[in-house]
Amino acid sequence: MSNETGAMRALTLRLQDEIFAIEAGSVREILDLVPITEVPNAPAFVGGLINVRGRVVPLADLRVVFDMARPEPDQDTRIVVLEVEIDGEPTIAGILADKVHDVTDIDAALIQEAPRVGMRWRPEFVSGVARRDGGFVIIPNLSRIFSVQGSRTAPSAEERAA
Amino acid sequence: MSLPDPTETFRQEARELLDQLESGLLDLERNPSNADLINSTFRALHTIKGSGAMFGFTEVASFVHEFETTFDRVRKGLSPATPDLIAIALDAKDHVHTLIETPQAAGSEGESILQRLRALVSGKATPAVMAEPAPEAVAPTATPPATGKRWRLRFTLPKDALLYGTNPLLLLEEIRAIGPCEITVLTDRIPPLDDLDPETTYLAWQVDLTADDPAAAIDDVFLFLRDGMDLSLVPLTEESTVAEPANVADPLPASADSVADVSPPMAKRRGKAEAQQLTGVAEKSTSSSLRVPAERLDELMDRVGELVIAQARLTQIAAQSSDGNLKTIAEELERLSSGLRDTTMGIRMVPIGTLFSRFRRLVHDLSRDLDKQIEFVTTGEETELDKTMIEKLADPLVHLIRNSVDHGLEPAASRVAAGKPPTGTVRLSAVYAGAEVAISVAADGAGLDAARIRAKAEENGIIAHDAKLTDQELYQLIFAPGFSTAKEITALSGRGVGMDVVKRTIDGLRGTIDLRTKPGEGTTLTLRLPLTLAIIDGMLVRVGDGRYTIPLAAVEECVELPAEAISTSRGRNFLDIRGALVPFVRLRDIFNTPSEPDQYQKVVIVSSGDGRVGLVVDQIIGNNQTVIKQLSKLHTQLKAFSGATILGDGTVALILDTVHLVGMGQAYEDKFKAETTGRAA
Repeated sequence: MSNETGAMRALTLRLQDEIFAIEAGSVREILDLVPITEVPNAPAFVGGLINVRGRVVPLADLRVVFDMARPEPDQDTRIVVLEVEIDGEPTIAGILADKVHDVTDIDAALIQEAPRVGMRWRPEFVSGVARRDGGFVIIPNLSRIFSVQGSRTAPSAEERAA
Repeated sequence: MSLPDPTETFRQEARELLDQLESGLLDLERNPSNADLINSTFRALHTIKGSGAMFGFTEVASFVHEFETTFDRVRKGLSPATPDLIAIALDAKDHVHTLIETPQAAGSEGESILQRLRALVSGKATPAVMAEPAPEAVAPTATPPATGKRWRLRFTLPKDALLYGTNPLLLLEEIRAIGPCEITVLTDRIPPLDDLDPETTYLAWQVDLTADDPAAAIDDVFLFLRDGMDLSLVPLTEESTVAEPANVADPLPASADSVADVSPPMAKRRGKAEAQQLTGVAEKSTSSSLRVPAERLDELMDRVGELVIAQARLTQIAAQSSDGNLKTIAEELERLSSGLRDTTMGIRMVPIGTLFSRFRRLVHDLSRDLDKQIEFVTTGEETELDKTMIEKLADPLVHLIRNSVDHGLEPAASRVAAGKPPTGTVRLSAVYAGAEVAISVAADGAGLDAARIRAKAEENGIIAHDAKLTDQELYQLIFAPGFSTAKEITALSGRGVGMDVVKRTIDGLRGTIDLRTKPGEGTTLTLRLPLTLAIIDGMLVRVGDGRYTIPLAAVEECVELPAEAISTSRGRNFLDIRGALVPFVRLRDIFNTPSEPDQYQKVVIVSSGDGRVGLVVDQIIGNNQTVIKQLSKLHTQLKAFSGATILGDGTVALILDTVHLVGMGQAYEDKFKAETTGRAA
């Protein structure tokens, strides 16, 4: 996270009881919940496809990565469509958010590197943690998450069936 | 609208002309006295020369000029078109190709090719012709030199020309040396005094020049300035109508005598002919074809895709409505959009013959280099495939043909000993097969040698010494990385591209490779490629809560799953379709569908190549137009799906990959057979 620019403009959203911040520049749009097509045998992280203005876009669930509970969508659920680099290739993907808060500037001075210990999650998936309103905001490393999780194959049911 | 880069346009045209030249030469080899062929070859040469000079490819122009001069003797019947001559002419053609595509890589082989060519054609007739094109040497007896042609040259120097030490006066001096001229300075770009930068060049010049062929000389003058400057050279129009043969601009003069007009005087009037020739080429391409950047076609395809999706929604809404007018319009629009879809896709389709014709040269060279007599037969040239796919197929096919000839065909002596005709045959064919195109390369050679493949694979550590493999499995090893059976690596094969690369390319196109071989009779390799069209007709089915699309062209028939098949679901998964056993797979098993199956299960029989498989679904919903959207990188590892599409209600449906599913069915069938025979034994 850029210390030299002074602040990071970010979209904040809630996943379960944690607040996440995503670089606002990578966000394309925020959608209300749309019908999700389940992709059989796909990893749970990207188990769905959605239609974004005539485009077929994979839908990811960061809650899978951060070992969170995954309750059914409710009236606050939104889909954040963003551009993320997967193995160096820009890709459009959607992520589920339990609630989208706002766009805000996070003072770079308040962003710290993710602690290597004492964190519930794999440190490689977190670029930084920022202190805000007495709580913490997690800045996920989306590019890393998508590159690692996307290539993980679910146990293939095909061989079992064949 | 941006103007295309003229140099690129020339390159494209030259590529086509060189192809034309090559196929002309190859035809000529079989048919050496055909005047039409000789003339068409000559015309291609001539056009390359003309437009080459026009676009500043002077080296190309002068080389081709020499080439043409020599070839002219053939055209006049003074030298026969012997195989040797054709071989050198082909080398010359390759050299021109190098000069055009990668001029920096071209060495000095040009002169040696010309030497050989000259020596072969005449020896003495054109000894004076050296590197500098000397038009007088072409045909000394023809019409007297047409001197005193007038040209208008206009040029602007780069803005910073003065800064870099260019002296315009010296340039003008040099131009003056080319021929008598009238120089006018164009001052219209000089800014008001306040804005004038004394170090910038604002002047432009117009020179009316009288010279025979000033293009090359002018190029020399501006040699170091060409990058930043504008320069145009046009013949002064009032004269260009006089002595021009009427049919120069005619793109395809059919009769031999009309061509005879064109040539020797043309060589003299080269400069002017260039301009004429160029318009001729331009007219030709506008009348028969139009060059469009591929991205624009992609864009068009995307738009049509969106239209089809919107139309599907309209149809769905109309179906629920009782408004007769709405229904009529929806139907009308459906008809129109499906017509538009077909037309748009047709634009992208290219007959595979364009690719096949390239291989004639390959086989010709192979035949010469390996000293094997080869007959090359192609069929199905009219079969159309998406342009991008055709481009990607070129390298794999080159490799397959090379392998078939190099490793497959035996030397003539062994062929005769085996009771076969001494000339080997390589057949290249393309044919539509359902949702696929099958392209096969068949050579009537010795066939694959399973024992040798086995030995080689063991040696290279691809398989263990005691591995039990069927012959068919052994044959498949030729596609393994690091495998090469050629006893000695020839210059032709073993160039680093192995069969594994071929396999990977074909996999990348979602195609498959079938291999059939019979010892002593030959080997056939068949590539099966999906007609990857952006939009296909699909059959929509439901499995559990999910809806999936099956490419309609792959669907053979739909039947109800017999009750006994349901009860014995753990046993043999085969259906009896009119006496033939067809394996079936339950999509709900493959997809881990949790819900209860419908009471009456349906089976959609799909085929790919010779294989068939039944796909058990809960419901067949109907036909739809399917706009194929590629899956993202996140889902490409899922082999069961070839893409996704958007349905009329806006939801996404996955498209089933029939080739993969048929493969699964076949694997199941093989396993089952192996088990039953194993049990019997």
